[in-house]
Amino acid sequence: MKLAIIKYNAGNIRSVLFALDRIGVTATVTDDIEEIASADRVIFPGVGEASTAMQYLRERKLDQVIKGLTQPVLGVCLGMQLMCRYSEENDTNCLGIFDEEVKKFDSPSISQFKIPQIGWNNIYDLKTPLFASVANGSFCYFVHGYYAALGEHTIATTNYIKPYSAGLHKNKYYRVHFHPEKRAKPAQQILQNFISGDI
Amino acid sequence: MNDAINLNGTDAAIEKMSQYGLCKRIIPCLDIKDGRTVKGVNFENIRDAGDPVELGSLYAEQGADELVFLDITATIEKRKTLSELVHRISHKINIPFTVGGGISSIEDVYLLLQNGADKISVNTSAFKNPDLLNGLSREFGSQCVVLAIDTKQEEDGEWYVYLNGGRTKTETKCYDWAREAVERGAGEILLTSKNNDGTKKGFALDITQLLSTKLPVPVIASGGGGSVQHFIDVFTEGKADAALAASIFHFKEIAIPDLKQALQLHDIKVRL
Repeated sequence: MKLAIIKYNAGNIRSVLFALDRIGVTATVTDDIEEIASADRVIFPGVGEASTAMQYLRERKLDQVIKGLTQPVLGVCLGMQLMCRYSEENDTNCLGIFDEEVKKFDSPSISQFKIPQIGWNNIYDLKTPLFASVANGSFCYFVHGYYAALGEHTIATTNYIKPYSAGLHKNKYYRVHFHPEKRAKPAQQILQNFISGDI
Repeated sequence: MNDAINLNGTDAAIEKMSQYGLCKRIIPCLDIKDGRTVKGVNFENIRDAGDPVELGSLYAEQGADELVFLDITATIEKRKTLSELVHRISHKINIPFTVGGGISSIEDVYLLLQNGADKISVNTSAFKNPDLLNGLSREFGSQCVVLAIDTKQEEDGEWYVYLNGGRTKTETKCYDWAREAVERGAGEILLTSKNNDGTKKGFALDITQLLSTKLPVPVIASGGGGSVQHFIDVFTEGKADAALAASIFHFKEIAIPDLKQALQLHDIKVRL
């Protein structure tokens, strides 16, 4: 099994690698087009800002590579945002793998709902084998000011201001808005499911 | 069909919404000097209380929601130690952590994030060069930029910003600086009250509440937490999103699991 992590100017590549290491999986961090295309599974990580990241991907033609992948791909956090059509973060056109738009959270009461959402929240209404053996209501760590609404591709829901998509699935593309590299059991299970599950 | 959509507006959806949501956070803080923790710790079940990685792991196992590592190393030459330490922390510890102390450039932050830090905090450097906040949020996103403020209430009743580890007074009011910093891109405020820090008499509820209710970003309250009741107060009256403490955890005066159980009993949502 060959696992590739797409190398770009994102912040959490190292923590994804370490999380994989903790479950005994090695991965190659690469921006080499051939290497990414020939991997069995691809992780598209990311912590950062949407427009800076998209510019980096376009300059290296990685945007076209990611859109052309046919093997299972897991987008994480910013990686998830970038797989959508458009992000309100600095008015950025993204990869368009999912048709969803990424919107900025609009807080009805700043003393009640801060933007960005930072901390542990529950994931529920879990679908697809990506969440096999993951309990409904499991805690995952979120750090984000932008979200995708619920829709036909939603495979996990989280409640902040209103319920939104914590996970999306379309064809071989999966994306999660929390950080599966953070925190023991549910997160490790999700990574394990992506790597060895029937997805 | 999608259950998540179908449930919208139904009783089941409403029940889930009240049950599920963002938790308040408990954050132990470790002061680091030359790669070692400096405030005394009192744990018989760890081999090396001076090793930040070992102590941080213990807190993670006990249910800490995040960790803050504050580097108080005096010299720039020793800074390399910090990025190596961050690398070790990230490898071993699987909860998010913030690194602060002496960070003054985009390059500093890049190095720490590349080594696995989730967030960074800036204090004096951002006050002296506020454009740093714009640059950091543009480059890395607001979500990883924490502004730390040391503040003190003077005899005139106003809260002022202090710099250089709380040693240097400024004429700037805490709320004014916090608001400007958020406009410039700070994604979270770590607020330490000098009046309360070390007293164990409770957090500074009024200034915490002011920032937390007037600013759109999360506020981490720090300084003065000495009892379970103090944490209840800072989340309810103080409206804090997170509470940070050091010595009460280091000296086992409050155990994190007991603290979180007590918070839950008071209807404060925590991760258990």
